[in-house]
Amino acid sequence: MSAPSPTILNLPDQSSATMPKKNFINAEHGLLSWLLTGDHKRIAILYLISITVFFFIGGAFAGLIRLELLTPQGDLVSSDTYNKLFTMHGIIMVFLFLVPSVPATIGNFLIPMMVGARDLAFPKINLLSWYLYVAAGIMMLTAMAQGGVDTGWTFTTPLSTHYLNTHVVTTACAVFIAGFSSIFTGLNFIVTIHRMRCPGMTWFRLPLFVWAHYAASILMVLGTPVLAITLVLVGMERIFGIGVFDPTKGGDPLLFQHLFWFYSHPAVYIMILPGMAVISEVVSTFARKRVFGYTAVAFSSVAIALFGFFVWEHHMFIMGVSNYSALVFSLLTMLVAVPSAIKIFNWCFTLQQGSITFETPMLYAFGFMGLFTIGGLTGVFLGSLGMDIQLTETYFIVAHFHFVMVGGMLMAFLSGVHFWWPKMTGRMYPESLSKLAAVVTFIGFNLTFMPQFILGYLGMPRRYHAYPQEFQVLNVLSTAGATVLGVGYLLPVLYLAWSLKYGAIAGDNPWQATGLEWQTQSPPLTENFTEIPIMDHEAYDYEWLEHKTQHEVTHVG
Amino acid sequence: MAHEAQPEQHYHDPSNVTNPEHASHHIVTPAQYAMVFAALLTGTALTVVAANIDLGVFNPIIALGIASTKAVIVMLFFMHVKYQSHLIKTTVASGFFMFLVLVTMTLSDYISRAWGLW
Amino acid sequence: MDSTIANPQVGHDTAEQEHEHVFVPQHRHHFATEEQQREAGSFGMWLFLLTEIMFFGGLFFAYLLYRNWYYDAFVAASNTCSVPLGAANTAILITSGFFMALAMWAAEVRKKKTLVITLICTMLFGFAFLGIKTVEYHEKWVEHHIPGASFDVSEFVNPAAYGLHAQPLAPDAAQKTQLFFFLYFAMTGMHALHMIIGLGILFWLLYRAQRGDFTAGYVAPIENFALYWHFVDIIWVYLFALFYLVNLHPLAH
Repeated sequence: MSAPSPTILNLPDQSSATMPKKNFINAEHGLLSWLLTGDHKRIAILYLISITVFFFIGGAFAGLIRLELLTPQGDLVSSDTYNKLFTMHGIIMVFLFLVPSVPATIGNFLIPMMVGARDLAFPKINLLSWYLYVAAGIMMLTAMAQGGVDTGWTFTTPLSTHYLNTHVVTTACAVFIAGFSSIFTGLNFIVTIHRMRCPGMTWFRLPLFVWAHYAASILMVLGTPVLAITLVLVGMERIFGIGVFDPTKGGDPLLFQHLFWFYSHPAVYIMILPGMAVISEVVSTFARKRVFGYTAVAFSSVAIALFGFFVWEHHMFIMGVSNYSALVFSLLTMLVAVPSAIKIFNWCFTLQQGSITFETPMLYAFGFMGLFTIGGLTGVFLGSLGMDIQLTETYFIVAHFHFVMVGGMLMAFLSGVHFWWPKMTGRMYPESLSKLAAVVTFIGFNLTFMPQFILGYLGMPRRYHAYPQEFQVLNVLSTAGATVLGVGYLLPVLYLAWSLKYGAIAGDNPWQATGLEWQTQSPPLTENFTEIPIMDHEAYDYEWLEHKTQHEVTHVG
Repeated sequence: MAHEAQPEQHYHDPSNVTNPEHASHHIVTPAQYAMVFAALLTGTALTVVAANIDLGVFNPIIALGIASTKAVIVMLFFMHVKYQSHLIKTTVASGFFMFLVLVTMTLSDYISRAWGLW
Repeated sequence: MDSTIANPQVGHDTAEQEHEHVFVPQHRHHFATEEQQREAGSFGMWLFLLTEIMFFGGLFFAYLLYRNWYYDAFVAASNTCSVPLGAANTAILITSGFFMALAMWAAEVRKKKTLVITLICTMLFGFAFLGIKTVEYHEKWVEHHIPGASFDVSEFVNPAAYGLHAQPLAPDAAQKTQLFFFLYFAMTGMHALHMIIGLGILFWLLYRAQRGDFTAGYVAPIENFALYWHFVDIIWVYLFALFYLVNLHPLAH
């Protein structure tokens, strides 16, 4: 449908909205009803709380890193401590924040509703997944309290197996457990999406949110076990000295890297695909237009997942791999950028001739589209062998992955949390404050990480706490940006918490979005739907929505 | 919500998204299991006999070939994959595909790196 | 499915008997039909088995690499593994799998006594497997073939002194046998760990089978456990071929 869609629908009168008497939050009372729940929505809230806690712990480490980097000398902390700071920052942010962020919170909450089911396929495994996450988090904190680990989040051998006496095994155990948390989430999603769609919900009527999560779940299920066995081998090497990665005993350190990156590259797609899932929904809703090229976006998610398995060696170009394999992987890396670009193009065409409004989720989505594009393009630079030799292990890499992960994924996460906050809690957040936070975040982010591209290009190595004097100005800019960014992240925690009690009542569908989840009350009932819905229209069908609201009584709630 | 289904009726979903193939539960008989069992034991015996004959480079090929055949018949019959939906068959195939990707693409590095010259 | 459900957890269907679908007591309310629940359960189990393939996959690759790098050492080390014991274990595990398949049949045709007996046989053969494994591991301990501090390569450097008919290895090549044994213990050990967990679950299933839980139409736990058990069997079939049969004729080449 390329004709201009009807202009903004009659927005229902929010002022008469009331909180539904019965919803999943007040259905049962008591701490145990939350800790022993099978309700995917409650588990999503549990995850949201725990993920936020770990985000701020990881953020605190980031703050300390940036503080150290204010001056060229390594004067705030010793080099070993600095190693621990960036290691713990990376491990917590990757495994305890980014990987579960959207899938375990927003995905858990919404996927059953989006497919028209009452719950995920395996509610108990869903709860187990959360407990594994918490166990992993506690183990990580224990390792930190005992003195931390300084291998870098990549656990590279033989540093991690032979040259360090920090708590590598405890941390590896924690990551192992977190991996299983992720596997069980992905497994649940795959079974739910295949086998629990409501009548009439064909694959091509699913919201693109579901497609992207499906692709990410495949990555979780097939990739994470390889990380698990790699960490087991690192543990064995440390404890028993068996020699599987030790050249003196005939082992190969590169074997570790192959096995590690076989997971860790798909891991970045596990992290970004759910973010892209959110953006598809948000862009469509706030442009009041169906996503352009639905099929292309759906298949591009699957293509990203598939090709994502074929490119891991691009993390090892300077490590001693053969030139021929490096050529092959470099070519494949160029190819994997294509589906991501397809998505960006399709979102742009969705915006074209849409009725665009600038609510907070949309601001974050715009931030995502710009920053992810920059981050993704710099990824293509890094995929080129000649460039990579110059740029690898410098701040260019650091800037690249922060652009895609923070400018991309974290913005998408915030976009999603704001977008579905009314659905999850029944409350609206204060719009002007949230817009301010989004803008502050964007400014802070660019100030923090844009200088790092320049630093990397000029040659500042990563993971160093001291640097030549000439790099100080850029580092100071970066730290200043980090401070602003911190404020930008703190604000949502404050006003979202505030909104729980004092926010305006949201009603069923404050954004007038399509999707089954918006046709139910906010917050939803425990069983999601009183009757299993029957899907008889396409995804993102705003005309259907318009007809529906015309027939509805003119108050909401 | 689309439209209300009458509360007493079970809605017949024309596109049948929940069970597209109406996969029935074919019950494999003990006799069939016994034949598979016999084949597996024969395969084991064959493996040992072949290993004792010096066939050079073909020894590992035969050993792994017999092992793979055994794996396939266990999957098809003991694990019922032969009688399952396309979804299950695709799932099994994708598992092995991914394993092959891991092995061959990692091997692509080692093989092109002075193989055997250490 | 058309009643308001307050608690989607463990549910008991009291008065719901739709004429088209029979609901067993173990029906979970978020599923529309029993068939959907069973299909979803079995699909979920297969996805878990995929994770197991990838989990062992890393170890298989390590084996592939080091066997090719250190072929002579792997041959020498492999020849210390007893082929009769390995073959016997393979036959035992296959038999155990056969009984598990029969147990699945018994559950489907609702023969409780047969189910219980076949489950017991599955377990017995499983324990027999672990018993032989213990014997083998003990042998390795006695021969100083366990990687680590107690590892001793003298048997490979000077086989004649041990009455062995094998090609002696240079000391540095002999050290590489440690990699073989590490992979041996890692892979057979990981396999044995999976068997131990399986046997634990089997005890629980046996208890419930005796209570009649699985012979009234609800067969999913037996079905899904059988998938797991057969998968563990498949892994062993490959381990046997890879660790016991590397080259039984090293002197010919």
